[in-house]
Amino acid sequence: MPQGEYRGMNLNILDIDHENVAYFGHCADHDFHLQQCTDCGLIRYPPGTACPWCQNREFEWTPVEGKGAVHSYGEVHQAIQTAFREHTPYMILIVDLDTQKGEPSEHEALRVAGNLVTPDGELAPPELVRQVGIGSRMRMVFADVGEGLALPMWTLDEDAEQPENPWRYPQEYNGV
Amino acid sequence: MTSDVDATAPKYLRDKYAIIGVGETTYTRGSNLTTRALGTWAIKNAMEDAGIPASEVDGMMSYSNNDSTPSPMIAGDLGIRLNFYMDVYGGGSSSEALIGLAIGAIEAGMCNTVVVFRSMNGYSQVRIGGTGVRAAAPISGDAVHTSPYGWLSAGQNFSPSFMRHMYDYGTTPEQVAMVKVIHSEHASNNPKAYYKQRLTVDDVVNSRMIVKPLHLLDCCVETDNATAIIVTRAERAYDYRNTPARILAVAGRVCKPRIDMHFQHGPISTVAGYYIKDIIWPNAGVGPEDIDLTGAYDAFTFTTMLQLEDYGFCKKGEGGDYVSSGIMRLGGERPNNTSGGHLCEGYTHGMNMIIENVRQLRGEVDCYCPTDDQGRRQHTYDYSEEGGCRQVRDANISMNLGWAMPGTGSSMVMRKG
Repeated sequence: MPQGEYRGMNLNILDIDHENVAYFGHCADHDFHLQQCTDCGLIRYPPGTACPWCQNREFEWTPVEGKGAVHSYGEVHQAIQTAFREHTPYMILIVDLDTQKGEPSEHEALRVAGNLVTPDGELAPPELVRQVGIGSRMRMVFADVGEGLALPMWTLDEDAEQPENPWRYPQEYNGV
Repeated sequence: MTSDVDATAPKYLRDKYAIIGVGETTYTRGSNLTTRALGTWAIKNAMEDAGIPASEVDGMMSYSNNDSTPSPMIAGDLGIRLNFYMDVYGGGSSSEALIGLAIGAIEAGMCNTVVVFRSMNGYSQVRIGGTGVRAAAPISGDAVHTSPYGWLSAGQNFSPSFMRHMYDYGTTPEQVAMVKVIHSEHASNNPKAYYKQRLTVDDVVNSRMIVKPLHLLDCCVETDNATAIIVTRAERAYDYRNTPARILAVAGRVCKPRIDMHFQHGPISTVAGYYIKDIIWPNAGVGPEDIDLTGAYDAFTFTTMLQLEDYGFCKKGEGGDYVSSGIMRLGGERPNNTSGGHLCEGYTHGMNMIIENVRQLRGEVDCYCPTDDQGRRQHTYDYSEEGGCRQVRDANISMNLGWAMPGTGSSMVMRKG
């Protein structure tokens, strides 16, 4: 059973949960894969047991480029979980992947969650948080948790052209 | 259209059912009681409100997040023999949904009169904000896609939707803060409210940040409480003590697409009300312009705004203007959450907003106005000072807008009986 400890939290995936076992297994290899429907060809996130567009239960794992732009975010200043208390503020990012953006309808996208982290996977310090907002270009990195289990995370894409002023909540709090 | 809704051609049981009794405990932090004792207390109050004996209540429903006492224990305490009960898993938006299901159970001939209750030590036992036992639990399966990111509490979960609304439409923190300001004014005229102090926009936007865009005072108040609502057929409803509130329509737990993770299907600043409106308005036979007062769920200031907007009380994107215009204020065109709601009265997962609207429709809200020798409230309709009136003049039709999350909501329209 894939399991491990991450920031003091115990994470596990049951062996019978084949979709999540495979998804997080790819992540553990630092290789992002999503399910692609063998019928209509659409890719879906998060892992599921059928195609939301055509109900086909058959799929293949397909490699997907971990790149995209911040669609929205939350910025936590008062953490709930003890493990996050020494890392505030931290950002929860919802990133539109470039792959399949606006498909199959205008407002749909593969919107992949993750924290804002440094390139080596650590939660971002305040000076990095300040730089990121809606529109920021991101690339995926992984935080290792345990055997067969790693979490997708987002870091600023150094190779991409960044928007001059990514949209951020108008009020600063504690300098962020 | 105001009070004389056309009941000659009922659609989906329009006007066929009514709420005959409502009751609650105090709203406290530290009830020092079990959820069983709290539930018993609230239901007893609702039965006394209706003047209904235990022998005439034969159905019971409740919802919880595994943080309550199931119906059979409380039914036993109160000497109620049940022909039907069901205790379901659920939080916000369950209230209206369970009232709809209670109507269904009665309509199916399963029972005659159902009490719906919610009992919770939402501060002293299982905190709604996700701290304590909830934060310490192991994270398994599908939750591994969210919780390990410190993405666990309601505020954390909803924040991307709220933030995107600001981005899409230019909504400002000061506009949204007006929801709290107005509800605090309402609460100052509610003896039951946990927070009764009137606040300003500055108070809200200068309170500490919890998760952007939510300051402390954009968030509701976790409390210990129980609440109860009694539903029966309209033709029986007039046998009891108070003027019934007639139910025109309900919608229950209506969802956006991709509710497994609703962010996949945008616009993410659109909430379930976008879909609910197509059920609730035709079934109720009224529209936004007919509604005299609303109970738009205020788990956060933003939830009130997003719902009012998507139900059509204003144009999409103009929610910030709507909530900051004074329309929602007592004395305004369409007051919202006249009890102070979740932000000020206490957090109940939506029940207290229905209870408030029932009392408003009776014209007998429990404010600080004096009573006559029959115990009837003599309303002044003066809302200007703390400790004053909160009865809405000519309250004929109300709407409740229940919220579970951006992707799921419920609704109910009632009229004065």
